[in-house]
Amino acid sequence: MSTEFHDEDILDDTTTQDDPYRQAGDPEVGNVYYADGGDWDDIVEAQAERGDETIVVNMGPQHPSTHGVLRVLLELDGETVTDARIGIGYLHTGIEKSMEYRTWAQGVTLCTRMDYLTPFFQEVSYSLGVERLLGIEDDIPEKATTMRVLLMEMNRIVNHLVAIGTTGNEMGATTVMTVAFREREVIFDMLEMITGLRMNHGFIRPGGVANDLPAGAIPKLREMSAWLHTHLPEIGGLCDDNPIFRARLDNGIGYLDLTGCVALGVTGPPLRATGIDWDLRRKQPYCGYETYDFDVITDDGCDSYARYVVRRDEMFQALRIVDQAIDRLEKMDGQRVMVNDPKIALPAQLTVGPDGQGNSNEHIRHIMGESMEALIHHFKLVTEGFQVPPGQAYVPVESPKGELGAHVVSDGGTRPYRAHFRDPSFVNLQAYPAMVIGGMLSDVSVAGASLDPVMGGVDR
Amino acid sequence: MTDASIPVVPEDGQGQEQERRVLDVRQGLFHASTTSDVSGYNDMTWYVEMPQASRRPYGGWYDGFVDRLRGLVGDPDEAISSVVVDRGEITLFIDRAHLAEVARVLRDDPMLRFESCPSVSGVHYPTDRGAELHAVYHLLSMTHNRRIRLEVTCPDADPHIPSVVATYPTADWHERETYDFFGIIFDGHPALTRIEMPDDWPGHPQRKDYPLGGIPVEFHGATNSPVHERRDYNS
Repeated sequence: MSTEFHDEDILDDTTTQDDPYRQAGDPEVGNVYYADGGDWDDIVEAQAERGDETIVVNMGPQHPSTHGVLRVLLELDGETVTDARIGIGYLHTGIEKSMEYRTWAQGVTLCTRMDYLTPFFQEVSYSLGVERLLGIEDDIPEKATTMRVLLMEMNRIVNHLVAIGTTGNEMGATTVMTVAFREREVIFDMLEMITGLRMNHGFIRPGGVANDLPAGAIPKLREMSAWLHTHLPEIGGLCDDNPIFRARLDNGIGYLDLTGCVALGVTGPPLRATGIDWDLRRKQPYCGYETYDFDVITDDGCDSYARYVVRRDEMFQALRIVDQAIDRLEKMDGQRVMVNDPKIALPAQLTVGPDGQGNSNEHIRHIMGESMEALIHHFKLVTEGFQVPPGQAYVPVESPKGELGAHVVSDGGTRPYRAHFRDPSFVNLQAYPAMVIGGMLSDVSVAGASLDPVMGGVDR
Repeated sequence: MTDASIPVVPEDGQGQEQERRVLDVRQGLFHASTTSDVSGYNDMTWYVEMPQASRRPYGGWYDGFVDRLRGLVGDPDEAISSVVVDRGEITLFIDRAHLAEVARVLRDDPMLRFESCPSVSGVHYPTDRGAELHAVYHLLSMTHNRRIRLEVTCPDADPHIPSVVATYPTADWHERETYDFFGIIFDGHPALTRIEMPDDWPGHPQRKDYPLGGIPVEFHGATNSPVHERRDYNS
């Protein structure tokens, strides 16, 4: 068999015997088919003659239905999946390593980019871990904690909208996605108003949040809530009794029961879709979640439809929490949003100038014109950062996808010695083969969508 | 930079001496070794000292939990080398030879029942002589709503730790990731291959002796060096 590669080999015949990409020394793998520049019918016919053999399909890492750069190696017998393997790492960017070279406060800016659909949850988990190391957990202002809850629950709705919308889109139901993304924009407008950015906010910092609510935020948040109360039910109206949607998701598609979930570490909606009410907001509360009134949604279907039901109803519970957080924030006008410790909190609060951004003029007047010590202090805090006592902490939060925890280790310096993120997408993806083996090829992308993986979080 | 003559100091009123976990001794504050010290910071000496082993009572359910575990492990004194309760979290230092046994007991005993292993990560302490590589396991008991942390160490020269995949199947990818990033070889893992980095990648990127990366950035007439070669803070 020739190992030389000629273009005409492929162009002449899509069902070539030779694999032009095969290197000397690689094992022979039999027939190799190419789906480029040819006709699918030729491949089907050629394989039909050899019906006794299984076929290995390499789905991804550029396949549109794999939620990003996920590679699934499927072994097929006809249309039945006999084996599946997951290949990840195509989006690995070394965020954890980069964090070791930046200050503790700058770490937020990096970890928010891991799972780009749930930025606030990485920020909160990391910040809670750093606050535990600093020993200032009890000193975080109530307003900062309430703003964290507000932002996290808005983020939860955004994430579930994308999860449900892309699930519909992968089955060809584009309307589900357009409706979901419309509501998402409404929330993004609010997030932009509060944090300045639609995604990758870097807004929740160790010690509190970066800035107070802007003027007029409460009425606008109420408008958003009213809009969502009106329009979120459209998702259910589109999907619940839709026979095609039910046929593609219901009746054991992507089945994974409680035993499988616990053994494989699956958390979040896939776990609650097995009937157990495991939600860290309720079981191991943080950020004062025990003071909010909400229900933990469960379903006992164990399949893709049950996960959809859990996500759909969780959005309304998140909206309940958003409403309660807005009510509380309304009464907290003018309170601090950063811990009252000048060795940790940046002294300046940003104020928005005519160009849409800017520093506090009063603070600049103070450090530039009045106090040399304040200038030195500001400079040290920004460039060197604050020191964190040695030790390690792990504070998990209930992200929309499951348990998200930052394991932060300090050696007493001004930068994380090690920051490791237990990302729920990473762990949940392990269950993918267990969900699709033995099923049909057409269910593979539905089962994947029901896990709602985001490769930015998987690969970090 | 580790100083062999680190003092062992009395830690409590009873005059008992306890080993301090000093990992590093550092001088100064800035990398200003090429210029004269005008700040006075270069006279500073400070110890990188991790939280040390705790004494009983540990508080809360920790005492009963440790007693129960010690009663079920064959050789508890050797298996559990120390217990650290710090910031409300309990960490058990487990001897690597006993990790598989301890993990199985933790999962299967009805009074312990840590049925889930949410996270495994590695930490590299190049100055922790003989125990440079640490694998950190976070365990969760959904039955009792408890969390613990296991820490297992191995030397750089012999980077082997037994795999817990037989007990916790979810540790499969975590251990692959820890192998990928730190070079810890988890014996007994079903398929210990790289997971995030390409299969033929040289080195293990999260180790402290592995540079952050980056290549020199060239400008007209000047070069900006890689990040890890630039001047930075000691701390």
